[in-house]
Amino acid sequence: MELVSRVPGGPIEKSWDAHRFEMKLVNPSNKRKHHIIVVGSGLAGASAAASLAELGYRVSCFCFQDSPRRAHSIAAQGGINAAKNYQNDGDSVWRLFYDTVKGGDFRSRESNVYRLAQISVNIIDQCAAQGIPFAREYGGLLANRSFGGAQVSRTFYARGQTGQQLLLGAYQALEKQIGLGQVAMYPRAEMLDLVLVDGRARGIVVRDLVTGKVSSHAGDAVVLATGGYSNAYFLSTNAKGCNVTATWRAHRRGAAFANPCFTQIHPTCIPAHGEHQSKLTLMSESLRNDGRIWVPRQKGDRRRPNEIADAERDYYLERMYPSFGNLVPRDVASRRAKDMCDDGFGVGEGGAGVYLDFRDAIGRLGRHVVEERYGNLFEMYERITGENPYQVPMRIYPAPHYTMGGLWVDYNLMSTIPGLHVIGEANFSDHGANRLGASALMQGLADGYFILPYTIGDYLAQAKLAAVDPGHAAFRQVEEDVAGRVKKLLAVGGSRSVDSFHRELGRLLWDKCGMSRNAAGLKEAMEKVRALRERFWKDVYVAGKGEDFNQSLEKAGRVADFFEFAELMCHDALHREESCGAHFREEYQTPDGEARRDDAKFSYVAAWEFTGAGNAPVLHREPLAFEHVHLAQRSYK
Amino acid sequence: MNLVLHVWRQPGAAAEGRFVRYDANDVSPDMSFLELLDVVNEGLIAKKEEPIAFDHDCREGICGACGMVINGRPHGPQRATTACQLHLRHFQDGDEIWVEPWRARAFPVIKDLAVDRGAFDRIIQAGGFITARTGSAPDANAIPVPKRDADLAMDAAACIGCGACVAACPNASAMLFVAAKVSHLGLLPQGQPERYDRVVKMVDRMDQEGFGACTNHGECMRACPKEISIDFIARLNRDYLKAAVGPQPSAVSKVERGFG
Repeated sequence: MELVSRVPGGPIEKSWDAHRFEMKLVNPSNKRKHHIIVVGSGLAGASAAASLAELGYRVSCFCFQDSPRRAHSIAAQGGINAAKNYQNDGDSVWRLFYDTVKGGDFRSRESNVYRLAQISVNIIDQCAAQGIPFAREYGGLLANRSFGGAQVSRTFYARGQTGQQLLLGAYQALEKQIGLGQVAMYPRAEMLDLVLVDGRARGIVVRDLVTGKVSSHAGDAVVLATGGYSNAYFLSTNAKGCNVTATWRAHRRGAAFANPCFTQIHPTCIPAHGEHQSKLTLMSESLRNDGRIWVPRQKGDRRRPNEIADAERDYYLERMYPSFGNLVPRDVASRRAKDMCDDGFGVGEGGAGVYLDFRDAIGRLGRHVVEERYGNLFEMYERITGENPYQVPMRIYPAPHYTMGGLWVDYNLMSTIPGLHVIGEANFSDHGANRLGASALMQGLADGYFILPYTIGDYLAQAKLAAVDPGHAAFRQVEEDVAGRVKKLLAVGGSRSVDSFHRELGRLLWDKCGMSRNAAGLKEAMEKVRALRERFWKDVYVAGKGEDFNQSLEKAGRVADFFEFAELMCHDALHREESCGAHFREEYQTPDGEARRDDAKFSYVAAWEFTGAGNAPVLHREPLAFEHVHLAQRSYK
Repeated sequence: MNLVLHVWRQPGAAAEGRFVRYDANDVSPDMSFLELLDVVNEGLIAKKEEPIAFDHDCREGICGACGMVINGRPHGPQRATTACQLHLRHFQDGDEIWVEPWRARAFPVIKDLAVDRGAFDRIIQAGGFITARTGSAPDANAIPVPKRDADLAMDAAACIGCGACVAACPNASAMLFVAAKVSHLGLLPQGQPERYDRVVKMVDRMDQEGFGACTNHGECMRACPKEISIDFIARLNRDYLKAAVGPQPSAVSKVERGFG
């Protein structure tokens, strides 16, 4: 396997334009001859499917949800970044580029990030034209706010439902194309494997989740837009259905998996309660713009928060990071919260929580302003906890939220399998070791609206593809593999539920490969994952039949893949002997507990090759060069 | 706390359904309603019985996947709350709870509590969009939108497409769902060119899908987890009427556009 990044040379600010000019085009009348398979219908998938269809390609789009509108992008709250500089506060493409590379702790590709920053402005134009009801000033122009870790106001938002509105925009564009017959939509259909013919991605095998029928779909290229893998931890802020199956199955067929240990833990989530918790709920980190984070100065202080005077409170982020205060990046905010709780200063059930207090904001701005900014978040918090955050501080704790790692892609967003493109959270490309707030929506839409529609044409124009249909032997073979796996899961007939295994796996990963990691813990985790996986295959009980609407079976397949993937995640975390961004290795820290990078040894993308079940994955390195943003220790003090 | 559940079990679209009683003992008031179903399902799996099928995904009240009628009310008793965000603290120890799927001709049952809401997608396909090809947009600030209009459009756009409005309506009408989209797009300057075509096409499609007519009961608004107002239905009716009889705000005549 060879990693060819196809990063264009020349001045970075011109490289995307130059690259676009150099790419081959598909003649307009030939576009309809090409059939493209898009898996996933979130921001990346829906925007790609709609845009490709508008160009004239024939598109088939698949999602496991009952409607493309329900993809998990819908839950993103805070906003989307763009270097519009509408606020005249010194923003620029360069600054967004710089912030994103630095925020990612120098583990992303400069050229990709620069392109992302350039395209950010087009996304806002596109979305406004679609009728996204962005927040506006009284004069009718767009409003902005500053957001997690940024010192300029470049975040566009639609109340606390930005992801929902952007997704509905892309969904509506997609539905228009479905109505025109340009896209064939397959809801409640889960991709269970990738099919290669002559070394190229030529189709997928899916299971119809209503009838259980396994079938093949052939095309000229396959696009995965299947999101991240935070649900490896069982408890995360991801929707229950989010899974690693599509990307993991592609990995097993030859797509390199890059930086799987880069998993982001979001600082402002509602703490877990009890044993039956099924998922964690995130609250937008825009809350940190006005809320102040604190713990009692005295360990184990069980007084009610409002009885604790200011002098007895430790506003620890403001104390440790005077210039960024409560707005330090996510990884830093999460680790400090964990430190406080580990040291016994935590509040609430089990001491796993810190306060996020709006008392001063309400005093300064008035309740109505706080309500206008965060009203829906406050209601959500009260609904879940039964506490009123206008009166008592919220309790928050970090939770798995986003994964920077993903399938390795070149500058054209193509994986190491020719014809297999990967977009959105499913790829590894733009966020390095840590993603900044309001950048996920930006990346998903950049990939789907403005990058893939060009780059896939370059592939199709040059690939000499023989006609292939689902009757081809390669499809038959993969269908048999899939049907065999389904049968095998149903045949175990053990005594434990799928969820009980998933919970156990999740707890193990959270403890050993979560917010902080060390070599001994990771080695232990890998052994335990293997042992647990063996138990899973001996003792899981999957109710029902294969030829039916069977949610236990759906979950079982996803958890089986999480088991295989979990080992790779630990393996990657163990090999990366440095701390960077969200990857914090306890052995590698500065005396004051900050991450210590090792640029001499680890300034590369770790792309892993699958070499067969039970074999150790093989590492391929893509070296990273920083010519425009100079390597520096991140400092938010 | 202890609860008694009566859950609608139906093996498939064509099969007969019935209520089955399940006892949920020692459950925590801090659990969500879907976590309660998770617990019941774990108990069924332990007995090697088939768990209850129900749609759910984000479990934070935004994806619109979950939906079930709880004690006769879509999403249950709490105002402005989806089933996934309904917590057991709103029930009393010993309560009997009846759980059913959405019941509407246009939403056929797939299994147990899961229904097919594809009709909503087809209504959007008919016209629930603004045509704006990727790449063709002017600068986002080139078209100012009065804040009041943008805010009202956002109120309408908050619809999560769960279908509670249909389940609540005695006529199983989808009028609130359609009105929310018609209003969201029709309130914005970007939505004007297609405004009158849109309303006609979406309403026609709604009728074809087998949803009933609106007779102003207002149950939809009370059931809506996002509290979408029936004022938007009035807005839809005004646009629909204008589209049918009024002078068209277009230089091309109605006949030329093949309308009516």
